[in-house]
Amino acid sequence: MTPAIELRKINKSFGAVHANKNIDLVVGKGSIHGIIGENGAGKSTLMSILYGFYNADSGDILVDGKVVSITDSKTAISLGIGMVHQHFMLVDTFSVLENIILGAEDGTFLSGGSDKARKELARLDADYGLKVDPDALIENLPVGLQQRVEILKALYRGAEVLILDEPTGVLTPAEADHLFRILEVLKSQGKTVLLITHKLREIMAITDTVSVMRRGEIVATRKTSETSMEELAELMVGRRVLLTVDKGNAAPGAPVLKVENLTVTDARGVTVVKNVSFEVRAGEIVGIAGVSGNGQSELLETLAGIRRPKSGTVTIGSEVLDLAHHPVDAAGMRAKSVGHVPEDRHRMGLVTSFAEYENAILGYQDDPAYAKGPFLNLAAIKETAKGEIAKYDIRPPNPMLKTANFSGGNQQKIVLAREIERDPSVLLIGQPTRGVDIGAIEFIHKRIVELRDAGKAILLVSVELDEIRSLSDRVLVMFDGRIVGERLPSAGEGEIGLLMAGVDDASAAASRQGDAA
Amino acid sequence: MFDIFFSYPTFDSMARLATPLLFACLAGLYSERSGVVDIGLEGKMLGAAFGAASVAFLTANAWLGLLAGIVVAVSLSLLHGFASITNRGNQIVSGVAINFLAAGLTALLGQAWFGQGGRTPSLPAGGRFLEITLPFAEEMASVPFIGRFYAEFLSGHSILVYGAFLAVPLTWWVLFRTRFGLRLRAVGESPAAVDTAGISVTFLRYRAVIICGILCGFAGAYLAIAQSSGFIKDMTAGKGFIALAALIFAKWKPVNAMLACLLFGYLDAVAIRMQGQSIPGIGEVPVQVFQALPYVLTVILLAGFIGKAIPPKASGIPYLKERT
Repeated sequence: MTPAIELRKINKSFGAVHANKNIDLVVGKGSIHGIIGENGAGKSTLMSILYGFYNADSGDILVDGKVVSITDSKTAISLGIGMVHQHFMLVDTFSVLENIILGAEDGTFLSGGSDKARKELARLDADYGLKVDPDALIENLPVGLQQRVEILKALYRGAEVLILDEPTGVLTPAEADHLFRILEVLKSQGKTVLLITHKLREIMAITDTVSVMRRGEIVATRKTSETSMEELAELMVGRRVLLTVDKGNAAPGAPVLKVENLTVTDARGVTVVKNVSFEVRAGEIVGIAGVSGNGQSELLETLAGIRRPKSGTVTIGSEVLDLAHHPVDAAGMRAKSVGHVPEDRHRMGLVTSFAEYENAILGYQDDPAYAKGPFLNLAAIKETAKGEIAKYDIRPPNPMLKTANFSGGNQQKIVLAREIERDPSVLLIGQPTRGVDIGAIEFIHKRIVELRDAGKAILLVSVELDEIRSLSDRVLVMFDGRIVGERLPSAGEGEIGLLMAGVDDASAAASRQGDAA
Repeated sequence: MFDIFFSYPTFDSMARLATPLLFACLAGLYSERSGVVDIGLEGKMLGAAFGAASVAFLTANAWLGLLAGIVVAVSLSLLHGFASITNRGNQIVSGVAINFLAAGLTALLGQAWFGQGGRTPSLPAGGRFLEITLPFAEEMASVPFIGRFYAEFLSGHSILVYGAFLAVPLTWWVLFRTRFGLRLRAVGESPAAVDTAGISVTFLRYRAVIICGILCGFAGAYLAIAQSSGFIKDMTAGKGFIALAALIFAKWKPVNAMLACLLFGYLDAVAIRMQGQSIPGIGEVPVQVFQALPYVLTVILLAGFIGKAIPPKASGIPYLKERT
C-alpha cells in the first residue's frame, strides 16, 4: 500500500543549528505513527516542514506516493495534512465556529460558510463523537475542548493526515485518555495520525509504529509491539537510561528543618495549610505527595519565605523562626541556607528574557562573590555560570544565550545548579522534573540523591507519585491542607493514592491488610 | 443658556466636528484590529489635508483634491506598514515619526509652494465640498419635529459628512460579515492562528493599513476642503489623537466608535459655544475644560471605571514565525 507520507533526505538548518539531518520517514496509511525524542531533537521542526510552516533546505516530501512541494501551510492543508500545534492556534476571542472557518470561509461573505460549517460540525460529531458547542467562545472552553476544536479545524479542512505536536502536555490524565480514544476512532475511519511526544508511556499506549529522533536525526523506527520503554529511552538519549532511581539507604542525622503547627492562609483568606508539623533530618529526602492544589505549593512557598504564615514556627538548624510575627523574606531564607527550586520555573525560578549567566546567580546577586556594593562582578558571575554549565551538562553550553532559548530540561538544570551549588543545608524542591525529558530526569534525580548523601535535608514536592516514591526516604501525604499520613515509599501506590484522595489514615492502612488477605 | 447644549445648531456642529474624528477613528480601527497600532493618524490626516488643499486649489476640483489627500495618507500608511510589518519595527516609534514628518513637511512645502506662511491659498469655486440640501428639505421644514429634524439636522451637510456616517455600518458589515473582516479580526488577536490557517499575515496587515490610509485621506480632505477652504499649518490640532482616544473609548467597535466620536464632537461644539458665556451658579467655564474632556473620559475608562478597554491581543506586536 502506498504510504500516506514519505520523507526523503530532509535537511533543515537554523543558522549553525542543524535541526534536521537527512530525515527519512515512511508513515503508513491508516496508522498511528509516533515520533519520540527529547526536547530539541528536531521533532517539531520536522513536522513544521511537513505542514509548510518552514521550508526544508533539501529533500523530498511525498504525499500518497507523489512528490509535492509544500511551500506554505495552505498547500499542506490542500494536500490533506492537518496539524494540532502544541500551543493552540486559536483566536481566543472568537467562537468555535469562527475559528473553524478561518481560512476556509467558502466565499467572500461569511453567512454561507458558517451554515455549511455548522452542518459539517454536526456530521463530524456524529462520525467521530467530537461534540463542541459551535457558538462557545474559545476563551471560555477548557483546554481539552480547545484541543478538540483544533482537531475539528483540521478535519473540517479535509485532513487525511493529522499531526499532533505534544498533545497531552496541557491535558489532565483523563483528558489525555479521551484524546487517545478519539485518535483510535480517527484511525478506524482510515485517517493517519502522526503523534509527536517525548512521553514513552503514550507511545506504548497508542502508536502502531514509532520513530525515534535524536539530535536532528531519526535513529530508529520500530513496530511498537516489538519494542519496549527501555529500548526507546536508550535510543532517545543515546545511552542506557535508568527509568528507576538508583539510591542506597538513607543515613539520617539530626533534624535540620522542623515545622510546627504551621497554618497558612491565601490571599482570599482561605486556610490552605492547616496546622502542619513535620521534620526533615540531615541526609534524608522527605517527599510530599498529594493531588495538585492541596496546600503543598503554599507550604513550600512559606518555607521559602515567599508567603507569610498565619501561625506556627519553623526551625532551621537551631534557629527558631516565628514567621507569622517576624517574617523572613526569600533573600533572608536563602541567607539561612535554605535553597529553593520553585515549582514553576518560568514564573518564579527564572527570568527567561535574561541571559543564562544572569539567571545563574538570580537571588544571590548580593553575595560578595558576585557583587561589590552596587556593582556586579560580571567576570566572577560568568565564571560561576560556566562552571555550572559544565558540571550540569547544560546545553547549549553558552552562558550568554537568552534563557528562553534553552529547552525545559536545561532551564530546570540552570535553576537546580544555582540552588544546589550554593550548598544549602536545606533544599526545598518543587516539581523537579515537570516538562523535562528523560535524559535530564535521570540526571536531576541523581543530583538530588547525591545531595542527600552529602548530608543535606531535602523536602521534595511533586505531583508525580512515581517520582515521590522513587526519590523519597519518607512520604508525607497532604490532603486539603493537612498532612493526612506518613508512609515509607515502599508502601503501595494504591495505599498512598487512597491517602491522596482523602481517605483517612486507618482506612488506608486497612486497605493494605485487605490486599494481603 | 439651554441653547448651547440642546439646539439644532449645536447638533449640526456636533455632526460636522465629529466627521473628521469618525473617519480617523475608523481608520485606526482597521489598523489596530489587524494588530498594527497607529499613533500616526494625526500625521496622516495632516498630510492628507495639505495634499487635498493643494490639489483642490490647483485643479479647482474637490474630487481630485480628495483623491490627492487619499494618495498622501496611503503613502504615509505604507511607510508605517513597511517599518512595522515588513521590518517589524516599533509601531509607536514609526507612528510618532510620521506625525513629525507630516507636521514638518506640510509647513515646509506649503511655504515653498505657496509662500503664505505654510497655508494654502483660499480655494477657488469647485475646489470645495459644499453643503448639500437634501430633497424636500425646505418643504419638510414646516412639519413639526420629524420635518424640522430632517431639514435642520439631516440636511445641509457636505457629502463627506454623510460618507463618514455611512462608513460606520459598512465597517461593521465588513468586519463581522465578510471573510476579509474575519481574517482581519483574527490577525489582530492571533497572527499565528492566521498563519497556520494558510493566510498571509503580511498581506492582510498591509491591506488593513491601506484602508486606514484611505480613511485618513477622507478625514484630512474633509478638514481642508469641506470644513475649511484651504490648509492651515497644524490644522488637525490633535484630532488624530482624539480619534485614537475615541477608538479606545469605543473598545475597537464600529458603532461605539460613532457614538464616541459624536460625544467628543458634541463636547467640542459645546466648547465653541461656551466661549465668553457663563453658566448660572458656576460662572464662566474655561473652554479648555471641554477640550480636555475627551482625554479625561478616556483615562477614566482606561482606569477601569467604565467597563474595560481590552485592545486586540496582538496589537503592537510584530509577527515573527516562532522557532519552535
